[in-house]
Amino acid sequence: MNAALAVRGLVKRYPALTALQGVDLEVQEGEFFGLLGPNGAGKTTLISILAGLTRASAGRAAVMGYDVQSQYREARRRLGVVPQELVYDPFFTVRETLRIQSGYFGLKHNDDWLNEVMHHLDLLPHAEKNMRALSGGMKRRVLVAQALVHKPPVIILDEPTAGVDVSLRQALWKFVQSLNRQGHTIVLTTHYLEEAEALCGRIAMLKNGRIVALDSTRNLLARADERCATLNLRGDVAAAGIAGLTAHGEGAWRFRFERYEELEALLARLREQRVTVEDLQLARADLEDVFNRIIATT
Amino acid sequence: MSAGFNTLLYKELLRFWKVAFQTVLAPVITALLYLLIFSHVLSSHVQVYPGVSYTQFLVPGLVMMSVLQNAFANSSSSLIQSKITGNIVFVLLPPLSYAEFFLAYLAAAMVRGLVVGLGVLLVTLWFAPLRVDHPLWLVSFALLSSGVLGGLGIVAGVWAEKFDQLAAFQNFLIMPLTFLSGVFYSIHSLPPFWHEVSQWNPVFYMIDGFRYGFFGAADVAPEKSLLVAAGCFMAISGLTLALLKRGYKLRH
Repeated sequence: MNAALAVRGLVKRYPALTALQGVDLEVQEGEFFGLLGPNGAGKTTLISILAGLTRASAGRAAVMGYDVQSQYREARRRLGVVPQELVYDPFFTVRETLRIQSGYFGLKHNDDWLNEVMHHLDLLPHAEKNMRALSGGMKRRVLVAQALVHKPPVIILDEPTAGVDVSLRQALWKFVQSLNRQGHTIVLTTHYLEEAEALCGRIAMLKNGRIVALDSTRNLLARADERCATLNLRGDVAAAGIAGLTAHGEGAWRFRFERYEELEALLARLREQRVTVEDLQLARADLEDVFNRIIATT
Repeated sequence: MSAGFNTLLYKELLRFWKVAFQTVLAPVITALLYLLIFSHVLSSHVQVYPGVSYTQFLVPGLVMMSVLQNAFANSSSSLIQSKITGNIVFVLLPPLSYAEFFLAYLAAAMVRGLVVGLGVLLVTLWFAPLRVDHPLWLVSFALLSSGVLGGLGIVAGVWAEKFDQLAAFQNFLIMPLTFLSGVFYSIHSLPPFWHEVSQWNPVFYMIDGFRYGFFGAADVAPEKSLLVAAGCFMAISGLTLALLKRGYKLRH
């Protein structure tokens, strides 16, 4: 299998900061890959270098084997990018916008595909409307459509669901998943970690321009050896003075533990203090817990 | 040229054509107002070339001024708007070369300048019928001059980060260069100091050469004017291409 994206020793220096400090990364063809990190971690810089919007200070980046600088035409033909910012050209209708974007990639008679993309994104009823007349969610859909006009094998979505309602989010993920099943490589950055957990097979976490974790989503989740119990308790819990219990809303408490013996000890202590357990829910740590721990400790 | 270039050119043409009221009609009316006012005030006092009335003298200057200002406005405003709204990304993501980028913006700017110039010529003909002695010279100066200002508009649009900066470029460079270039007068009527200053203004040569195409008479030799216009075009094109190749203020 070939690398859809290959990044070697990528460095990006700005006068006031170094946004990327030697990033190495490979995303294989057909993967649904997550790129996570706090604000300012370097995700957008990395994407911008891959897309040719930013030039690296050192290192190399390639899309489907084509260098993004020396073979930029081949690289860009194989890449579709949904930018983070909600941008549009106010002079044109949705259909004009997509036809123009298609033309930039040398595709003249592309209406069948454009109609299919608009259909999947529920844009067909708005095709003849000016971009200015669309809601924010609809503009976001057009951005996604623009990234797909040339059927790129690699699609990068930079926080595509920021400020987007639930129905669009679901429709978008359904469409993107279907593209992934057809063989398109998907790279996603998002601050909604539950989305990344549900969609991505592999995840890289960036912090201060460095990759601090790179593994399959399953392995990353398995790193979280902590469990969390949420208990609804009746009785004077505060007076009982039980260590490790933290308030979590009215009558609810949280207890984090690694071994079940710790939970057994907690329940025994509660019984001793005549505190009744009315409800108990157990959960493994999710990607958010893993993310927070990795970011805090690296 | 690639299909990508054709599309970018088409997009740029469509962009100004969709707001033709503002981008074509308004400058034509402005030029017409200049003609009416200046010809009314000065036509009985000034005659520059034998057998050419002041109103006739004024028309080629106004046509060229409109060509220059609108060629500059087209490329500069398109780029600054795209940069500020962020939609420049749609042009930077596709596989377009910097040369295609340059040529598409330049050609669209030239077309707008020439369309406005033609509009000014057509509406002013009713006031001042003109003869055309040297059509090739006329067309050469129109093309070269719109190219110079279209290229300069690309430089300004790429360089400016705010509308203020672009306005400064327009108000402190383009406007003085065009107004002080012999649109409304012959430089022979100026005092020696301003006569000398005008000879350092490349726009003067563009207008003077353009006028030669109509009347067969000019303040300086048309060959010299053509050399200046062509030199400016090559210099601006070289500068613009170098900036775009570096990705100056576009690809950080």
